[in-house]
Amino acid sequence: MITYLSSRVAHALVVLLAVSLCVFFVMYKAGDPVELLLPPDASQLQVEQMRKTLGLDQPFWIQYGLFLKKALQGNVGKSFIYGQSALTVVMERLPATLELASAAMFMAVFLGIPLGVAASINPKSYTSKGIMFFSLTGISVPTFWMGMVLVLVFAVTLGWLPSSGRADLGPFMSFFSFEGITYLVLPAVTLCLFQLALILRLTKSGMMEVLLQDYIKLARAKGVPQKSVVMFHALKNTLIPVITIIGIQFGELIAFTIVTETIFAWPGTGKLIIDSIQNLDRPVVVAYLMVVAVIFVLINLIVDILYTFIDPRVRVQ
Amino acid sequence: MKIASSETLQEFMEDKLAVAGAVLLLAAVVLAACPAMVATQNPYDLAVLDLEDSYQPPSKDFLLGTDDQGRDVFSAVLYGLRISLVVGFVSTFFSSLIGLVAGLLAGYGGKWLDKIIMRFADIQLSLPVFLVALVIMAIWGQGLIKIIVAITICNWVYYARTVRGIVLSEKNMDYVQAAEAGGQHPLMIMFSEIAPNIMAPVIVIATVRIANAILLEATLSFLGVGVPITRPSLGSLISNGYEVLFSGYWWMSVFPGLVLMAVVLAINLMGDRLRDVLNPRLKR
Repeated sequence: MITYLSSRVAHALVVLLAVSLCVFFVMYKAGDPVELLLPPDASQLQVEQMRKTLGLDQPFWIQYGLFLKKALQGNVGKSFIYGQSALTVVMERLPATLELASAAMFMAVFLGIPLGVAASINPKSYTSKGIMFFSLTGISVPTFWMGMVLVLVFAVTLGWLPSSGRADLGPFMSFFSFEGITYLVLPAVTLCLFQLALILRLTKSGMMEVLLQDYIKLARAKGVPQKSVVMFHALKNTLIPVITIIGIQFGELIAFTIVTETIFAWPGTGKLIIDSIQNLDRPVVVAYLMVVAVIFVLINLIVDILYTFIDPRVRVQ
Repeated sequence: MKIASSETLQEFMEDKLAVAGAVLLLAAVVLAACPAMVATQNPYDLAVLDLEDSYQPPSKDFLLGTDDQGRDVFSAVLYGLRISLVVGFVSTFFSSLIGLVAGLLAGYGGKWLDKIIMRFADIQLSLPVFLVALVIMAIWGQGLIKIIVAITICNWVYYARTVRGIVLSEKNMDYVQAAEAGGQHPLMIMFSEIAPNIMAPVIVIATVRIANAILLEATLSFLGVGVPITRPSLGSLISNGYEVLFSGYWWMSVFPGLVLMAVVLAINLMGDRLRDVLNPRLKR
């Protein structure tokens, strides 16, 4: 177990190192930030000096080494726009994004799995077909368009919910107040739809395969009631791949908050990254990408470890 | 596992929804191939646009209304559909090709080749696909070819992983062993023995990925880093209409969105059925 864990952690670190190299290389190739930092009438001497202070006169590998050294200390440079440490700028907005992403994931899991199970039990029935058609629509509708239409209907036309923004209540406090929830509903529903449909479909197809297995037939032959065959024997084994997907999809959710936050003016990292890309604020883009990569790799690591607890077969390998 | 067999086709046809999807997609492809057939104007030709026609709601003259420049939304949607479909199909073609070759090499080619290719895949999958595409396009700039390349880069991993997995189990099959005993060149074994036998899952992934690629392009274009607005895709049309959506000009973004959704839904309906038909695990 310990060897397995340490090899997984080592693997995760190698992946993060590679990601940092890719991100740094892309940013290095993207252009010279000096032109953006200095006023347009700056002299050649000033440009040279700026280059030197930023270390941009050094060869690529030395620049990368310095970047890595500083990054390990949590310093990826100061934001050009905000004048603060880029990592601080990202971390300040991260709770709002995580709040939105976890609300969406919560809904997706707690609606997706039961609906998937329901659709698998009697796949030929009209209810099942209806659920599956809904899920197919869910993965076919563009997220950003869905968000726009929801705002048009529920905020602009009906006036039931606010069209944009977030109640300023502190990190993760939106869940605990009526006002907070009214702001959260539309962006969270928009963000969750695709994931809900995906989880539903995976649960359903997983259940369909598991329900054909011999041990299910055996359970039925033994006279185990239908309910417990479905709930215990089948669902337990279906959930293993579903958990992996939930892990991976949480990372995708964080990425997709970029779209949702743009539409709903949700003050999180997604809106920040779009603004930073437009303003060519490189340190913030790098900080954001590294933070997302760390979250992504961490989630995968946790899922892998969870696996060994849920699925005894993995432990043997 | 034959793909083009009449049995498979017959099974596919049993699902009415899937057939409806196929018909809808076929119609979309025909319309996108020659939009001039039904379009009332060429939306790229600025000379035919009349500013006095701007922001017209849907009517007999303008079936889906007009946009800020007096452009007929119906015609713009037809031409936009073409761009969206081109991006979806071309990027899927190249990513499945690259993924197939990479997966075969990794699965059959042996140890170090396998390690290198799969490490590459791991690194790429450690960032969300959408984010990778967004950053590539943000730095590289807008463009039709660029977005096709970006989506291809993002998607090959999915094919490579699946293909590698199947090749690893296929490797020990009799027909591969026989070919090996017969002294065939490894490349021949890979491409003329194994490849035809693993096309079914590749086709299943490809249908899902076409739908995803079309949505990805639309999302990137919506965020302003996709195709340029001079030759708009459905995504850029929605984006264009978004600016005035809440001023009451809903038709500019609602109609392109509905068309986009219908096309993606049609592809997904087919993909769903194809997966059921081509998945031997469900047939018992």
